[in-house]
Amino acid sequence: MYAQMVKTSGSGVKSRSEMGAQEQAFQARIDAGDKIEPRDWMPDEYRKTLIRQIGQHAHSEIVGQLPEGNWITRAPTLERKAILLAKVQDEAGHGLYLYCAAETLGVSRDELLTELHAGRMKYSSIFNYPTLNWADIGAVGWLVDGAAIVNQVALQRTSYGPYSRAMVRICKEESFHARQGFVIMMKMASGTPAQRAMAQDALDRLWYPSLMMFGPSDKDSVHSEQSMAWKIKVKSNDELRQKYVDQTIPQIEYLGLKCPDADIRWNGEKGGYDFSEPDWAEFYEVIKGNGPCNKERLGARVKAWDDGEWVRDGLMAHAQKKAAAKHAAAQEGSGNVE
Amino acid sequence: MSNEWPLWEIFIRGQHGMSHRHVGSLHAPDAETAIRNGRDVYTRRNEGVSIWAVESAHIAASAPGDKGPYYDPSDSKIYRHPTFFDIPDEVGSM
Ligand SMILES: [Fe+2]
Ligand SMILES: [Fe+2]
Repeated sequence: MYAQMVKTSGSGVKSRSEMGAQEQAFQARIDAGDKIEPRDWMPDEYRKTLIRQIGQHAHSEIVGQLPEGNWITRAPTLERKAILLAKVQDEAGHGLYLYCAAETLGVSRDELLTELHAGRMKYSSIFNYPTLNWADIGAVGWLVDGAAIVNQVALQRTSYGPYSRAMVRICKEESFHARQGFVIMMKMASGTPAQRAMAQDALDRLWYPSLMMFGPSDKDSVHSEQSMAWKIKVKSNDELRQKYVDQTIPQIEYLGLKCPDADIRWNGEKGGYDFSEPDWAEFYEVIKGNGPCNKERLGARVKAWDDGEWVRDGLMAHAQKKAAAKHAAAQEGSGNVE
Repeated sequence: MSNEWPLWEIFIRGQHGMSHRHVGSLHAPDAETAIRNGRDVYTRRNEGVSIWAVESAHIAASAPGDKGPYYDPSDSKIYRHPTFFDIPDEVGSM
């Protein structure tokens, strides 16, 4: 999802007998639905895995601003521009909430960014696909934020308190994102034949990449079990993907568009749609750095970081100077009072 | 060069006369910027009418291990709750 294929530290799920007393008590708290808070004892692997997962999630929010930011200056109306701007600003906020949640685990934001910029930490594969036209902005809000919501709603119940609280906050803001996207799609799908074709084309291109957001199929998802035991992951990749498909197909029908998956059909027995898996070979290529926009996205982040250095340093120097002057004035002031 | 801005905890008072409530944290070079950034990060939807920013390093916190000795003693003092006392109906509201 926003955190795909997060490597879980440790070697598989530990049984109770392999755990020390402290860890047993920790697992019992998780099983009882307790939230783990920053200063509570936690196994090292739990901490490390969470840092990777929350960090990757935060990076996805920040990198995710790029494909949409690309269209702010070209939005068709002033209102649309203001809406998109607010949406992209929300994503910056989401990134900040999540970096702060990660920081409670003892890593600094700058460390996480350094890892991202060096290519050692990932962000969601979806943001390595381009946004070619305005219909893509509709499809991203509708499909990509829609998928993010499915994942994040589940994660509100995650065991780590700060992560869970960040998810609650983020979920409150996400439905605006999905709705504004869907309304763009409604507009285009009921527009001229050319606009309809653009809407269909956006759906065709983004459908499978959206399904990939949930990560590999459960049978190939090596890291899931321990993360599920820790409630860092609350539902499996396939469960979430199924839920997403089931909610999205009726929306596609409402728009009068066609799902690019010809094999999609309702399965009454399981109470959900049968659908084709995305091309997992493509997914692994994108994850490895070979998607259509990987270089551009990471390049833009590194450039923003490098170009912003003088601003960060300048403001820090100014703050230090101001603090020193205040301190000196206080010293002088207290000297005069005899 | 590592010159990371310090971390601040942000507290917001909502619309309805409630106390300031902790909403999260952020990085800022100084208090002024922390408040301004707090506005952008935590009140994009009218969530508040007042912001406090406190540098995280200045927050003192109780230790998680003290949970038992600190809070258990009040468990047995149920007479602190009004429902502990039965007042006859005839007395009226009290
Ligand atoms: Fe987001
Ligand atoms: Fe979003």
